[in-house]
Amino acid sequence: MANNSEKPWVELGLTDYEYNLIKDILGREPNFVELNVFSAMWSEHCSYKSSKNVLKTFPTEGPQVLQGPGENAGVVDIGDGLAIAFKVESHNSPSAVEPYQGAATGVGGIIRDIFTMGARPIALLNSLRFGALNSPKSRWLFEEVVSGIAGYGNSIGVPTVGGEVYFHPSYENNPLVNAMCVGLLKHEDLAKGVASGVGNPVMIVGAKTGRDGIHGASFSSEDLGATEEKRPTVQAGDPFMEKLLMEACLELIKTGNVVGMQDMGAAGLTSSSCEMASRGNSGIEMDVALVPRREEGMTPYEILLSESQERMLVVPQKGMEEEVKKIFNKWGLEAVVIGRVTDDGIWRVKEGDQIVAEIPAKGLTDMCPVYDPEAQRNLVMDKIQNCDLIDLAEPKDYNQVLLDLLGRPTIASKEWVYEQYDYLGGINTVIPPGSSAAVIRIKGTNKGVALTVDCNSRYVYLDPYQGAMIAVSEAARNLVCSGAKPLAITNCLNFGNPEKPEIFWHFKEAVRGMGDACRELNTPVTGGNVSMFNETRGEAVLPTPVVGMVGLVEDISKVCTNSFKNEGDLVILLGENTDELGGSEYLAMFHGLEAGRPPHLDLAKEKALQQLTLELIAKNYAKSAQDISEGGLSVALAECCIKGNIGVDINLEDKIRPSALLFGEGQSRIIISATKENLDRIKELAFEYHVPFSLIGKVGGNQLTINGSEFTVSLPIFDIIDRYKGAIPCTMNN
Amino acid sequence: MYKALVYVTLKPSILDPQGNAVQVGLNSLGFDNVKDVRIGKYLEVTLEAEDKASALAQTEEMCKKLLANPVIENYRFDLMEV
Amino acid sequence: MRFGVVVFPGTSGEADCYHVLKEVMGSEVDYIWHQSIKFEKEYDCIILPGGFSHGDYLRAGSIAHFAPIMEQVKKFAQNGGLVLGIGNGFQILTEAGLLPGAFLRNKDLKFICKEVYVRVENNETPFTNNYEQGQVINIPIAHGEGSYFCDEETLEELRANNQIVLRYSSSTGEIKENYNPNGSIDNIASIINKEGNVLGMMPHPERCAEKILGNDLGKYFFTSIVKWLDGGANHGK
Repeated sequence: MANNSEKPWVELGLTDYEYNLIKDILGREPNFVELNVFSAMWSEHCSYKSSKNVLKTFPTEGPQVLQGPGENAGVVDIGDGLAIAFKVESHNSPSAVEPYQGAATGVGGIIRDIFTMGARPIALLNSLRFGALNSPKSRWLFEEVVSGIAGYGNSIGVPTVGGEVYFHPSYENNPLVNAMCVGLLKHEDLAKGVASGVGNPVMIVGAKTGRDGIHGASFSSEDLGATEEKRPTVQAGDPFMEKLLMEACLELIKTGNVVGMQDMGAAGLTSSSCEMASRGNSGIEMDVALVPRREEGMTPYEILLSESQERMLVVPQKGMEEEVKKIFNKWGLEAVVIGRVTDDGIWRVKEGDQIVAEIPAKGLTDMCPVYDPEAQRNLVMDKIQNCDLIDLAEPKDYNQVLLDLLGRPTIASKEWVYEQYDYLGGINTVIPPGSSAAVIRIKGTNKGVALTVDCNSRYVYLDPYQGAMIAVSEAARNLVCSGAKPLAITNCLNFGNPEKPEIFWHFKEAVRGMGDACRELNTPVTGGNVSMFNETRGEAVLPTPVVGMVGLVEDISKVCTNSFKNEGDLVILLGENTDELGGSEYLAMFHGLEAGRPPHLDLAKEKALQQLTLELIAKNYAKSAQDISEGGLSVALAECCIKGNIGVDINLEDKIRPSALLFGEGQSRIIISATKENLDRIKELAFEYHVPFSLIGKVGGNQLTINGSEFTVSLPIFDIIDRYKGAIPCTMNN
Repeated sequence: MYKALVYVTLKPSILDPQGNAVQVGLNSLGFDNVKDVRIGKYLEVTLEAEDKASALAQTEEMCKKLLANPVIENYRFDLMEV
Repeated sequence: MRFGVVVFPGTSGEADCYHVLKEVMGSEVDYIWHQSIKFEKEYDCIILPGGFSHGDYLRAGSIAHFAPIMEQVKKFAQNGGLVLGIGNGFQILTEAGLLPGAFLRNKDLKFICKEVYVRVENNETPFTNNYEQGQVINIPIAHGEGSYFCDEETLEELRANNQIVLRYSSSTGEIKENYNPNGSIDNIASIINKEGNVLGMMPHPERCAEKILGNDLGKYFFTSIVKWLDGGANHGK
């Protein structure tokens, strides 16, 4: 603090303006502890001060939404008195430093967010980004992150059923680790993070408090390169402890004695207690000396800001303290009363008799200043977007290009990843990882939920408005291809430093695009997470607004997968092929270009396509459904063959240059297969929905063949399987 | 008070893939002279006991009952007064 | 017919076993808490389910076998009662000495979750009598420490007594090292004790016992048990 001894708040990331505001709120100078508490709570990570005004534009309501943004997780109704709680959250910066523990505790944190709502976690997904796999550092991060997710998720017994992994050099130093958890609850068990009822006890339950991760919140809000020295001790996860905590909390909620509950994430005890008080329009008075500790000599400051994992703050009804203790003791856990709810709106912390901090609870939450950072489109975007992609040379060997695309780590099979995850635990997994979306049955009903996470960040970089619309649309398309009606989304918005106008422009545009798509597709935003400052020495990651979507399968016996099923089935393309190469994986791989505009998306067409597909699946007309995304039509067809272990013979008549026809990533296209008997009915329905329909081929044989007027692709299924499944293990086992 | 430093190692006949992986790693870092790596567990057990003999006996029992699995593992320990 | 499913802190397969026994098999079933010092009811079969009992810290299953309930399980087994250990349950049975051998980490050091093929080596057990001898079934595994190990002498004994019940194989029943997902000695996926009433298996039959999950071949482990018990077998009393 040598350079700023006059202004200690500057070291803590607070501006002069913010410091003066703090003085106004307190009516005096803050003490050391209070200043640190403000610094943590007013950090970007906790306060969302630069993104709040933009996030307000999201659609958040709908008849299906039981709980929108602002709680630990969003909740949607699925009928039968049941609901789904879900949320995605980032754990990027800890994972960059200690990938195993960073990823593991990310999983632990998001699971807590779900059972805090009174929901039993039933599935995990994750969205991961790493640098190119030819870099040893990226391979190390990839290996460790996957094993951290497996280590935590498998042990706690929540199946990891889906996800996505992309590789791009921009993530070399800033991997993204976004974890999503989905839980099932009965409406009446919905719990919230609220502290109310004067005199109700405030209890800390679960693990003991140590010095882990102090200042994690402000750490997450900084450029990684600049903070080598400030690096905090990264938290270590204990999935066994969390399993016990989860069982105890769910048992406690069933008793009906819980007023509110919140997990301790960033800024630990501080954020959980002041947020609960603030939501309940109450105050809280607590004594840090009563907090069970793992280490000796911890100061109030350390206890308040520790990010030790597997801890929760619980406010039960007055007089129920012993009941709470009994349940936690049964699971071998401690539950200790550390304070009471008050009615003065003050967050008051004592150590024994001595007051350590005294701050209006809302001063730490609602009164944090909100900013509208400057947003300015970088003029370099003109050059990138207008790059001429018309006169590009065509490849000589389309077979080779297709094989190479199938071997691109971003496209190749992620079996190496998901076979390390226990994706079957809970015996609900009807569609396991590897298809368009995962589908989980809901025991005791005839229903299921379909789950996916999606984002093509290259599209978002090239055109954030379109790119984010595509992320939402693709997520919905993936659900629809599984036979599910999209219900709602959660999002994790990963960006660079928002103080840079060009970054903030990307952020604003992406939020606008995501909002518009969510409105059109009736999938409101129920919550999520913003992760800024994903950059190292000024180099930001590609803007990555990840969409996590939940859909409802009304009849679980009618789910659909992407694999071709039987010899002789007809292959139908719904939607239109276009001559668009901008932002494609092919363009990046073959021409080394990340330029142009992403494929155009028309939301009305997209919606019609999705409604049609849902109806085709519900009527059992579609035997398989596969959306077309990275790698285009040829890769989509190859995947249907690979999963079905059967060939296909395709004839394309479009007058489009072969590279765009085969590898272009034009939107709003779905490939289905069907029996001949249903062909006319499918055609009629497509006509009704105004969706372009073309019969493009037939399933069968052991060869993938695609014929056009100017080209032929012909590859044995064995070769494409080999390339597709072998790519990642080959790289990782070297 | 006594402190037992317990070393649990895989029996020599048992394949140690983790050790092999580390050996390969060391070799690729240029330590060509590394011929074998075996990975084991190290535990620090702090216990109260009347005298060293009893601490010794107790630690022995802990190893047999829980800390090592005799089917696959060997153990040894150092005991010190603290 | 009543099944008991033992719950240790950290196990997660108990609900899966419970569901299959109750909803698929229509049997009576209770959870039994690890701290219980006696069975509250009379049971026909005890199941030690999969998961990570006590976090599987130290060694998989090493701490669970000291739970008070394990004394009852041992007595039950000594009296001839049927005990089935699945995944972590198998690991606990070896730690407890109810089955020979021990477990090591998977040969490639990674947790593996996938469907594999196993060949039924002995269909004359209470747990496998609804399968054909030599039948190949696909069944999921999910473990990080699933490499079964025993010394040569024990292996000879297992062979001699026909105690090896399942071995990892190809889809056609061929048994080779490359069909061995975890490095288990002799491709062993399941063994039974000499007396023939305690069986441990690493694959998870409860995870493939319903058509909606795409595979119900695992169900026949449970129908075998029911058939055996219906046939008037020793109920461990």
